[in-house]
Amino acid sequence: MKPDSVIIELSPRFEVGAKKALQNTQLRRNMGKATQTIRAKRSAVVDEKSDWQALREAGWQIKADVMAQLDTYLVQLEAAVTAAGGVVHWARDAREANHIVTELIRQTGTNEIIKVKSLTTDEIRLNEHLEEAGIQAIETDLAELIIQLANEKSSHILVPAIHKNRSEIRALFQKAMNLPDLTDEPKALAAAARQYLREKFMSVKVATSGANFAIAETGSVCVVESEGNGRMCLTMPDVLITVMGIEKILPKWQDLGVFMQLLPRSSTGERMNPYTSIWTGVTPGDGPQQFHLVLLDNGRTSVLADAVGRQTLHCIRCSACINICPVYERTGGHAYGSVYPGPIGAILTPQLVGTAHASSLPYASSLCGACYDVCPVKINIPEVLVHLRGQVVAEKQKTLAGALDVEAWGMQGLATVFANRRAYEAAQSAGRLAQWPFVNDGYIDQGPGPLAAWTAMRDLGAIPQQSFRSWWRERQKHEQ
Amino acid sequence: MSSSRDAMLHRIRHAVANGVRQSQHPTESAAYEVHDQLDAPQRIAQFAHRVEEYKAWVGECDTSAVARMIAQRLAVHGHRTLVLPHDFVQMWRPEGYELIEDDHLPAAHIAASDGVISTCALGIAQTGTIVLDGGVGQGRRMLTLLPDYHCCVVPASLVVGTVPEAFARLESVIGDRRAPMTFISGPSATSDIELNRVEGVHGPRTLEVIIVRDA
Repeated sequence: MKPDSVIIELSPRFEVGAKKALQNTQLRRNMGKATQTIRAKRSAVVDEKSDWQALREAGWQIKADVMAQLDTYLVQLEAAVTAAGGVVHWARDAREANHIVTELIRQTGTNEIIKVKSLTTDEIRLNEHLEEAGIQAIETDLAELIIQLANEKSSHILVPAIHKNRSEIRALFQKAMNLPDLTDEPKALAAAARQYLREKFMSVKVATSGANFAIAETGSVCVVESEGNGRMCLTMPDVLITVMGIEKILPKWQDLGVFMQLLPRSSTGERMNPYTSIWTGVTPGDGPQQFHLVLLDNGRTSVLADAVGRQTLHCIRCSACINICPVYERTGGHAYGSVYPGPIGAILTPQLVGTAHASSLPYASSLCGACYDVCPVKINIPEVLVHLRGQVVAEKQKTLAGALDVEAWGMQGLATVFANRRAYEAAQSAGRLAQWPFVNDGYIDQGPGPLAAWTAMRDLGAIPQQSFRSWWRERQKHEQ
Repeated sequence: MSSSRDAMLHRIRHAVANGVRQSQHPTESAAYEVHDQLDAPQRIAQFAHRVEEYKAWVGECDTSAVARMIAQRLAVHGHRTLVLPHDFVQMWRPEGYELIEDDHLPAAHIAASDGVISTCALGIAQTGTIVLDGGVGQGRRMLTLLPDYHCCVVPASLVVGTVPEAFARLESVIGDRRAPMTFISGPSATSDIELNRVEGVHGPRTLEVIIVRDA
């Protein structure tokens, strides 16, 4: 079932977007520098934790338990939030969530809200929906503000403006904030954003946020951030509306002790992020006096139903897999055409919208496995990628064109040949003879016929003059 | 919306029906570190060092010298007007400064002050973190958010070793009074420009921590 989801933004196939991105040398320089910086920071603070593997295992187990008892924990969360003075809403898809949020804002009579950076609200395209309803959503995270002012899309889940360097940001701020003398010093740029947004924090009555975690047993919701824009949005307005994917729940308060170690170290490469806010319903005299929590499905229960794919829901959106990925480092995030780029996006997006709608993403990887190694909750991303590739192929075979596809027949033929020693060796000898017009320095960089599509992106090693098997046979003969 | 609720719960029950229910919550058997291996002075030293690594100033003194140390810091910055929670310890209040207790102060007054003085609920040594939970001497969240300078007084007895220890201690706070909490690790910062940490965006751009030695 395809959920009413709007994840795909541009929807070119990955390889089309990637090719375009690779031609942008400024982008590649920015991306290379940024991902190298963050990788070094992460490994320094992860290496100093001798219990890191035990923490990862605990993270995995807690999330596995969440998935197994998700209905119980959600009902428990609902009861705890309600008891603490909050109101819980359930949204099956993006449309329902947007409708709920819009109505809540309308009831306050305001047409302007401030936002804490939230992937979930990006996923449902809340801002665009609100704009249609005549409500202006002001992004308060520095990178989100940069993206909003540039009228661009995010290219990274943690640092959406990672593809922009300081001089590009300066040019943007000079124009939008009318500051002609602004320098490109990061400190000056941050100060400009502080001044620009302070007035909004002091006056706007409604804020929206996402949630990093919510605790079933206490009803507490947790937002992890750096700049203080989160604290502002969670503290200053009268009304707070939080949109949260149902998989963000944790069973027990103590579980935060695990995830608040895993997340900051994996994410920004810090022992702890500057600010974490945890609130439980409504507190008289402190912060918003109206709190709404919107629980969002939007395809997540379909992911949950897949025994291999369900681990994708363990994701805590740290971005370690994105920063380590050799493919992402070169293409940047836009090529993925989704709110969720990189390895996690390559498995999450197709599952949320269906492989039929994002069939190229499971192939946006070399299956090197670096993402699995750094994942703080041990999501086996390569395993899910291969699983989804299988689904893509199966879907294709269901169509007439798929059934007549040369590749499918070729693969089936290969399967037969590879299963039989004599057939395999005969094919090898035949291939050795047939390949010579295409071999260049031991590689086939432009294959014939259907191979051409494959070699457009990669070089194929030529079949060597002697195979290992025949070398071994010869060796055995000599030894006797 | 109750139909959405029923539909979602139904879909979840259907999704997990095929045998994944056996999973157990692992907290009891977890192998990660809950307590550190440090003695008390080492732990305080680690706390001080790690707070400093976030580019916050850290001082240490006896309880009788706190007021004097705060006054010295305020003088360094040239601050005159400070806000503070109404229940901030009397003997720690610096003399010769305009101290405004937060008694429903308008947000604009808090923002216009030179800074805020508070204490905290906990310190976490391993991560250099201060935890505020709205308890005695900490005030409401807005108070420690709007001013550009935050001086936080941390009694050494409140510094725990690890993050799990902190959450264990805070469990009663959540259970008893559902207090909102803020974890603070250094001054406000951003990594959004070329992934370099830059101090000072929306929260206090200067954080100073005074550790009070055990009597």
